[in-house]
Parts: sequence; structure tokens; C-alpha cells
Amino acid sequence: MRRRFRKADWIFLAVTVCLIAALLFFFSFFRGEAGGSVVVTVDRTVYGTYPLSEDAVISIDTEDGHNVLTIRGGEAKMTEADCPDRLCVHQKAVSRSRETIVCLPHKVVVSVESRKENGLDAVAE
Amino acid sequence: MKRKTAYMGLFLALALICSYIETLIPLPVGIPGVKLGLANLVTVLLLYSIGAKEAFWISVLRILLSGFLFGNAFGILYSLSGALFSFLVMLLVKKTGRLGCVSVSTAGGIFHNIGQLGMAVLVAGNAAVLYYFPVLLAAGALTGFVIGILAQEIIIRIGGRIHF
Repeated sequence: MRRRFRKADWIFLAVTVCLIAALLFFFSFFRGEAGGSVVVTVDRTVYGTYPLSEDAVISIDTEDGHNVLTIRGGEAKMTEADCPDRLCVHQKAVSRSRETIVCLPHKVVVSVESRKENGLDAVAE
Repeated sequence: MKRKTAYMGLFLALALICSYIETLIPLPVGIPGVKLGLANLVTVLLLYSIGAKEAFWISVLRILLSGFLFGNAFGILYSLSGALFSFLVMLLVKKTGRLGCVSVSTAGGIFHNIGQLGMAVLVAGNAAVLYYFPVLLAAGALTGFVIGILAQEIIIRIGGRIHF
């Protein structure tokens, strides 16, 4: 291997960069507006829905372990978890719709919903 | 044969050290699943200087060992699904014969994250995880590219001298 980059490499890398840029651009339109509430699901079933407007400390007890979700100033953050890697705790706070915090070992998914998505408002529109 | 066994042990140790170093430098992006993939350096190096079979087994063994040492069973599951997918794609890209090591590694980085995300969707049973799909792809491409550049320089300098 003498030559570092061949013509095909430049084309491949350029196409990759373009595709990813297009994907990021496309997805930026779906970037959520300020969220209304967070939905906590444990192993595919809804554990509870909590409004982002009220500060709260939510204890999530699952068969696999224990998590604590803290809502403060309109943002939700996983503040405690007894899973081994604690990736969910290191994740940044979420506040915009469709943002999620996932604790995979405990099968806990916290996702933000916009105000419109909650309940009857969506039907009325 | 004995010489080869010793070499493979050495490469496995090297890959394991890369995994360990990586746990010491967390990337402050706040998105789970984004990491440097330093151990992939060894996989790419082996893929080019020794062979696909060796690269594959070192990669699998490294994930199992580092999972037991520094991680957990879930970490192993995600790493494995990412690594297998990434390895398959790297092999295919390399087989085309037209693309160099940097392209191979970049494709590997992207598909590692696709594999991992796929497994996350299966386990969490929730497509909400896909919110980070574009960011993870970009991160995979970027880290794959960096690792590819590093691997290329190593292969150019010592790749030809690794033989048993």
C-alpha cells in the first residue's frame, strides 16, 4: 500500500459526507419544539407521564434495577441509576420533543412529548 | 505455528489495552454510543497485514474480554452486534479492491453504529432511540475516518513487516 488515497477513496468519502450532511439537514426539520411532558416506559409498557413544567423527582423501580429521573426547570435528567455503565446518567438533560434518555440494562426509555401530542389536543386538531 | 500463536496473543493484548485506554477518555457529547473505537485500529491493522480470519477472531475475543473486565453483559451485546456488522461491511468494502484503508475504516465506523443502534431498538422495543440516528452516523463516520488515517500510517510503516 503505497498511495494513501486513490480517486475512489475521495469519491467515497465525499459521497459519505454529503449523505450524512443531507441526513442531518433533513432530521433538523424534525427537531422537536419545547416539550410538554416526559413519558417513561419500562420494558415496552408505559410507567408514567410527567409534566415538564413541574419540578419533580421520579423514582423508577424495574425488575432489573432502580433509576431516578429528576425534572427541574423544564428539563429532565437521569440523576441516579444502579446499572453498571451508568450511560443514562452521563447523558445530557432532555427538554425538546422526541429527545430520549435510554437506560438499556433496565429497559427504561424516557422520551419527551410535545404539548400537542398529549391526549385530547391531538384529536381536537 | 507457535510463532503465530504468540503474535495473536500480542495483538489481542494490544486490542485490549486500546479498549481500556478508551474507557479513560470519555467523549463529552452527551449521547450514548459515541466513542472513539480505538480498538478498531488493531482490527484494521490485522485485516490489512495478516488476514480477515485473524482480524475477526481478535475483534470478537477482545470484545468478550474487555466486556468482562471493564463492562457488562449488555455492553458485550451491543459491542458484538456493532462489531460483527462493521466487520462484514469492512470486508466487503475491502473486497472491492478500489477503496483504501481510510474508506474501509470510515464505512466500518458508520456500520458499527448502525448495528449497535439496531440492537438498541430491539432491546428497548422503542423506536424513540432512532432520534440519535443521524448524529450517531456522523460520529461513526468521523471516528472511523480518524482511526482509518491512523491505521493507514501504521500499515505503511510496519504493515509489511508483520509475518510469521
